[in-house]
Amino acid sequence: MSTVTTADHHDEHHDHKPTGIKRWLFTTNHKDIGSMYLIFALVMFFIGGAMAMVIRLELFQPGLQFVDPQFFNQMTTVHGLIMVFGAVMPAFTGLANWMIPMMIGAPDMALPRMNNWSFWILPFAFLILLMTLFMPGGGPDFGWTFYAPLSTTYSNDTTALFVFSVHIMGISSIMGAINVIVTIVNMRAPGMTWMKMPLFVWTWLITAFLLIMVMPVLAGVVTMVLTDKYFATSFFDAAGGGDPVLFQHIFWFFGHPEVYIMILPAFGIISAIVPTFARKKLFGYASMVYATASIAILSFLVWAHHMFTTGMPVFALLFFMYTTMLIAVPTGVKVFNWVATMWRGAMTFEVPMMFALAFIVLFTIGGLSGVMLAITPADFQYHDTYFVVAHFHYVLVSGAVFSIVAAVYYWLPKWTGHMYDERLGQMHFWCSLISVNLLFFPMHFVGLAGMPRRIPDYALQFADFNAIISVGGFLFGLSQLIFVWVLIKCARGGEKAEARAWEGAEGLEWEVPSPAPYHTFDTPPEVK
Amino acid sequence: MNNESYQKYYVPDQSPWPIVGAVALFFIALGAGLFVMDMDKGESGWGGYILLLGIAILFFMLYGWFKNVIDESMTGLYSAQMDRSFKQGMSWFIVSEIMFFAALFGALFYARMIAIPWLGGASNNEMTGAILWPDFSAVWPLLTTPGGTETQAMGWGLPAINTTILVISSITLHFAHTGLEQNKRKQLTTMLLITLILGLIFLGLQGYEYVHAYRDLGLRLDSGIYGNTFFILTGFHGIHVALGAIILFFVFLRVLKGHFTPEKHFAFQAGAWYWHFVDVVWLLVFFVVYVL
Ligand code: HEM
Ligand SMILES: [Cu+2]
Repeated sequence: MSTVTTADHHDEHHDHKPTGIKRWLFTTNHKDIGSMYLIFALVMFFIGGAMAMVIRLELFQPGLQFVDPQFFNQMTTVHGLIMVFGAVMPAFTGLANWMIPMMIGAPDMALPRMNNWSFWILPFAFLILLMTLFMPGGGPDFGWTFYAPLSTTYSNDTTALFVFSVHIMGISSIMGAINVIVTIVNMRAPGMTWMKMPLFVWTWLITAFLLIMVMPVLAGVVTMVLTDKYFATSFFDAAGGGDPVLFQHIFWFFGHPEVYIMILPAFGIISAIVPTFARKKLFGYASMVYATASIAILSFLVWAHHMFTTGMPVFALLFFMYTTMLIAVPTGVKVFNWVATMWRGAMTFEVPMMFALAFIVLFTIGGLSGVMLAITPADFQYHDTYFVVAHFHYVLVSGAVFSIVAAVYYWLPKWTGHMYDERLGQMHFWCSLISVNLLFFPMHFVGLAGMPRRIPDYALQFADFNAIISVGGFLFGLSQLIFVWVLIKCARGGEKAEARAWEGAEGLEWEVPSPAPYHTFDTPPEVK
Repeated sequence: MNNESYQKYYVPDQSPWPIVGAVALFFIALGAGLFVMDMDKGESGWGGYILLLGIAILFFMLYGWFKNVIDESMTGLYSAQMDRSFKQGMSWFIVSEIMFFAALFGALFYARMIAIPWLGGASNNEMTGAILWPDFSAVWPLLTTPGGTETQAMGWGLPAINTTILVISSITLHFAHTGLEQNKRKQLTTMLLITLILGLIFLGLQGYEYVHAYRDLGLRLDSGIYGNTFFILTGFHGIHVALGAIILFFVFLRVLKGHFTPEKHFAFQAGAWYWHFVDVVWLLVFFVVYVL
C-alpha cells in the first residue's frame, strides 16, 4: 500500500538504550512500552486461565467437588474481568504501541510519558483486584457484568476495592486511547494519507474513539454501584425510585461497544496477515474502512440486546433486535473481503496465516450464534445459558485471542530479529485449534438444552458434554505452554530475520531492519 | 500535511514521573477502597491515610512532571506539531469527561422518564403499581419514594445566581484570552483573576446550598432518586469546577511569572477549554436538575 522512497536509517549509529530496571520503569519508548503491555497481557492470560481451569475442574462432574459455590462465583467473575481488561485489551494496546508508530512513520507515540503512565497503572489495578480474593469475604462474585443488586445489596465487603480498581483501569485505557488517536491524527509521515493507512491503524483509530466514548460510562456506573452500596443511594433500587434495569442499560451502553473494542483491532490484524500470505493486495480496502466505521456507530445502538428478558416494551425489543442484526452486515463485508483476498492468491500457510484462517472460520461461527441470540424470541430461551458462553468465547478466544497470537507470530521477527520455530508454532496452532473447539463447541449443545451459566453444579444429563468441555479446556490451557516456549526460544535466538521477514509483506514496518532499532523514523520517511 | 510541520518531534528521555503517578493512583485506589470499607463497618483503619499518601504523591508527581514540561517548553523544545498533540490530547480528554456526565444525566433521564412512571404502573407495569407500591404517586421531583423516604425540593433561585456567575466567568476568561493574544498583559491578569474569584464564589454558594439542603430541606444524598441525582450531578460538577479553578490558579501563577506568548500558550488554552466545558455542563445541570 505504501512504499518508502528515502530509506534513511542512520538510526543504528545512535541506537543506545538505557540499561537495567530503570529502562523499564522510566521508559518513554513505544517499543519498550509495547513489550511491557504484551508481557503483562501474557501473564494475566495465564492467571485468568488458571481460574478457568478451576472452573472447568469443578464442572468436570456434576455435584460439588472442589470449591464451594461462593468461590466458584469469584472465579468466574475475576476470570472474566482479567481476560477482558487484563489480557485482551492490554495485548491490543501493546500491539498498537509497537506497530502504529512504525506503520505511520512516526518517531514514537505522540505523548510518550503519558504512554508509560497508562501502562504502569495496570499492574497496580490488577494487584488490587487480585488482593481482594485473599481478603475476608473474598473478591467480587457478581459476574464480570456486576449487575445490581448482586453488586450492591448482595455483594461482599471488598466491592469498594473492585470499584476503585476498575476506576484506575479506566483511567489507563482512556489515556492509552487518547495517545493512539493523537498519534494517528498528528504524527503520520508526509504522504501517509488517510486512505493509505494500514487497516490495523484504521481499526485502532476507531477502537480508541470507542474507548474514549464508553470507558467514562463504565466509570459512571461503577460510581453509582459504589454509592448504592456504601452511601445509601438508590439508583438501582426501586424502593428509592431507581431501577435495577437502569444498571443494565448503563452497563451495556459501555459493554457492547466494549466487545467491539476487543474485536476491531483483530480485524485490522487479519487484514494485515491475509494479504501477506496470499501475496495479493487486500480486497476492498475502502469498504473495510467504511465497514469498521459503521460497526462502531451501530455498536452504540444495540446495547439492549443483552436485556431482552428484562421486560422492556415490545417496540424496544424490536428496535434492538433489528439494529443488532444490522451489525452482521458490515461484519459480513469483512469476512467476504478476507475470503476474496485469498481467492486465487499464491497462498502459503505459516503459523500467522494458520491462526488468521482459523480466526476467519471460527469468528464467523461466533458471529452466526450472535445472530441467533439477536432474535428476541429465541433469546428468551438462550439467554443466560451456556449458549451465550459458547457465543462469546468463539468471538473472544478463537476470535480476539487467536488474532493476537497471529499478530505475535507475524511481527515477532520484527521485534526480536529472529524467526520463531515454525515446527513448534505449527504444533501450537494445531493443539490450540483442536482443543478450542473441543472446549467451546459442545457448549452450544448444553446451552440449547438449558444448562445455565455461572452455576457450579448442573443436571445429570449434561454430564458427558461437560466432561468433554473440561478435557478440551485443560488441553487448551496446556497448549498455551507451547506458545511460551516458542516465545522464549525466539527471544533468545534462531534463524536471522530479514527486514522484510515475510515475502509478501508490505508496509513501513518492513522497511526498517529486524529487529527494529530502538528509535525508528527520527526524521519522517516520505511515503509515496 | 506540509513539511514545515516536521521540525524534529521532541521525544523526552526517560522520566520518573509516570511510574510515580502510577504508584500514586495505586495508593489512591487502595486507600479510597479501604476507607469506604472501614467507614461502612464503622471501624477506623489505614484506608484514609493511604488515600492521603496517594494524593500527596500525586501532587508531587504533578509538580515534577509539569515542571519538566514547562522547562522543556520554555527552552523551545516543542514544535508546532507537539503543540497540536497537546491540544488534541486535551480535547479528547474533555470528550471523555462529557461522556462521564452523559452517563449521570442518562441515569437521571431514565429514572424520571421511565423508572418512576413504571413504578407508578405506566406502560405494561400495572401490577407493579397495584401490588408492590399501591400508594405511590409517580411525580417529579420525587419527594416521597416508594419506600416512604420523604424530602423537599430544591428551589432554583440561588442556582440562577450561580448560573449568572459562571456565565460571566466564562466571558471574563474569554477576555483574558484575547488579552493574552493581543499581548495586553494587564487585561490578561485582571480578567483571569476575576474569573478565578467568580469560580470561588460559585463554589462557596454551592457549599451554602448543600448546607441548606441538608439542614432545612432534609434533601440528602440518600433521599431517594431525586436526592441521588441531585447530589451526584451537582457534586461531580462541583468537583470539576474545583479542578478547573486549580488549573486556572496555576495558569495564573505562570502568567504572573511572565510565561505564555500570544502564539504559544497551550496550558492557558487547556485551562480555558476546561473551564468553558465545566460551564456548559453547569447550564445543563441548571436546566435539567433545577428548573425542569
Ligand atoms: C454478528 C455479530 C454479533 C451479534 C449479532 C451478537 C449478539 C449478541 C447477543 C444478542 C448477546 C446477548 C445474549 C444473551 O445474553 O442472551 C451477545 C452476548 C455477548 N457477545 Fe455478542 N454478538 C456479536 C458479536 C460479538 C463480538 C464480536 C464479541 C466480542 C468480541 C461479542 C461478545 C459478546 C459477549 C462477551 C457477550 C456476553 C456478555 C455477558 O453476558 O457476559 N459478540 N452477543
Ligand atoms: Cu452486545
